[in-house]
Amino acid sequence: MKYGLLINEGPYQHQAVDSAYQFAKAAIAKGHEVFRVFFYHDGVNAATDFAVPPQDDRNITQQWVKLAEENNIDMVVCIAAAQRRGILDVNEAERQGKRGDNIAPVFRISGLGQLVEAGIECDRLLTFGD
Amino acid sequence: MTMLHTVNKSPFERNTLTSCISMAQSGSAVLLIEDGIFASLKGTSVSDKVSKAMGSISFYVLGPDLNARGMTEDQLIDGIKVVDYEGFVDLTAEHDNVQAWL
Amino acid sequence: MAEPWEDEVEGPVKKFMFVNRKAPYGTIYALESLEVVLITAAFDQDVSLVFSDDGVYQIKKGQVTDGIGMKNFSPTYRALEGYDVEKLYVDKESLDERGLTEDDLLVDVEVLSRAELGKLMDEQDTIMSF
Repeated sequence: MKYGLLINEGPYQHQAVDSAYQFAKAAIAKGHEVFRVFFYHDGVNAATDFAVPPQDDRNITQQWVKLAEENNIDMVVCIAAAQRRGILDVNEAERQGKRGDNIAPVFRISGLGQLVEAGIECDRLLTFGD
Repeated sequence: MTMLHTVNKSPFERNTLTSCISMAQSGSAVLLIEDGIFASLKGTSVSDKVSKAMGSISFYVLGPDLNARGMTEDQLIDGIKVVDYEGFVDLTAEHDNVQAWL
Repeated sequence: MAEPWEDEVEGPVKKFMFVNRKAPYGTIYALESLEVVLITAAFDQDVSLVFSDDGVYQIKKGQVTDGIGMKNFSPTYRALEGYDVEKLYVDKESLDERGLTEDDLLVDVEVLSRAELGKLMDEQDTIMSF
C-alpha cells in the first residue's frame, strides 16, 4: 500500500502529529510505503527547527526528520498555511524580508497541489487532526 | 466498498461518534483512537449506543491509546477488539477507504 | 491559454469528498479547507462538499465579520460554481437540529439524510476531513 498522511494540527498541542508518526512507523514496519506527509493548518508548526522540548520528552520534529530521512518520505508543508504561521525556509525568509528561516531539514514548503496529488497517487490518504 | 472510520475525540466532549455512527454503512468499521477510546468502555452514558451500533458495524480500539489513559481491556464493551498501530495499518489496508471524524 | 496545472492533468479523475463539520471563524478549518477544495477542482478532480453538524453554519447567509476583525470568506462558497464545484450536500438532521432551512443558506445545496450521505461517502475515492 502507498500511504499519504494529512496532519492538521500542531505538535504537542494535539496528539495528531504523534498518532500520524506512530502510524507511519507501523506502516513502514509492515512493508508499506509512506509516500508523502502533508502538513496543513497548525500542522505546519511541526516543521520548526527551533523546538526545544524538555530532554526527557520526545522531540516530535526530530522524530519525523529521522523517519523521513531513513525512509525517503516526502514531507511537505503547505506554503499558505506556513506563511500565516511564520514557518519559513531560506527562500521564503528572503522573499518576505524576514530576519531568519526556521524550517527543519527534510521538510519542504510547497502548494496544496501536493496534497491533491497525494490524494490521487496514494492508495489511502489518512487525516490526523482535531 | 467498506470504510474504516476513525474517531479521535471523546464522546463526552464532541458529537463526532454520534455523527460517525449515523452515517457509517452496515459492514464498515470504526476505530477509536486518541481521546476517542473513551467510547469503548463499559458503564458509561454512551455504552448502549455503541453496543447497539455494533450490530452492523465492527468496533476497534487502539490499545496504546487505551493504556495511555489508564484503561484496560477488561473495561471494554463486549465485542470491541483491541489493535495496536500495526493493526491500525492492517485495518486501513483491509477496508477500501478511510475517513477521519475529527 | 491553458493554465499551468491544466497541462499536467492527464491522469485519473478521482472522487474527492470534503467533509465540513465545524463552524466558521471560531477555528480556521472552514477557510483553509475551502482553499483545498479550490485547488482540487483546479486539478479537474470530481469534487463533492458535505456540510454536516456545525459545518452547515459555514454556508449560512448574512455573515458580517467587521466586528470581529476577520475577513468574511463566505462569498467564496458562491464562487465554487465557477470552478465546476457544484456537488454541495447538506445533512438534513444537522439543519433541523440547528433550526435552519435551505432558505438560510447562501448557496444551492442538495439536502440529504444521514443515511444517504453515508452511502455517498462510501462511493468516494478520497475523503478529507478538516
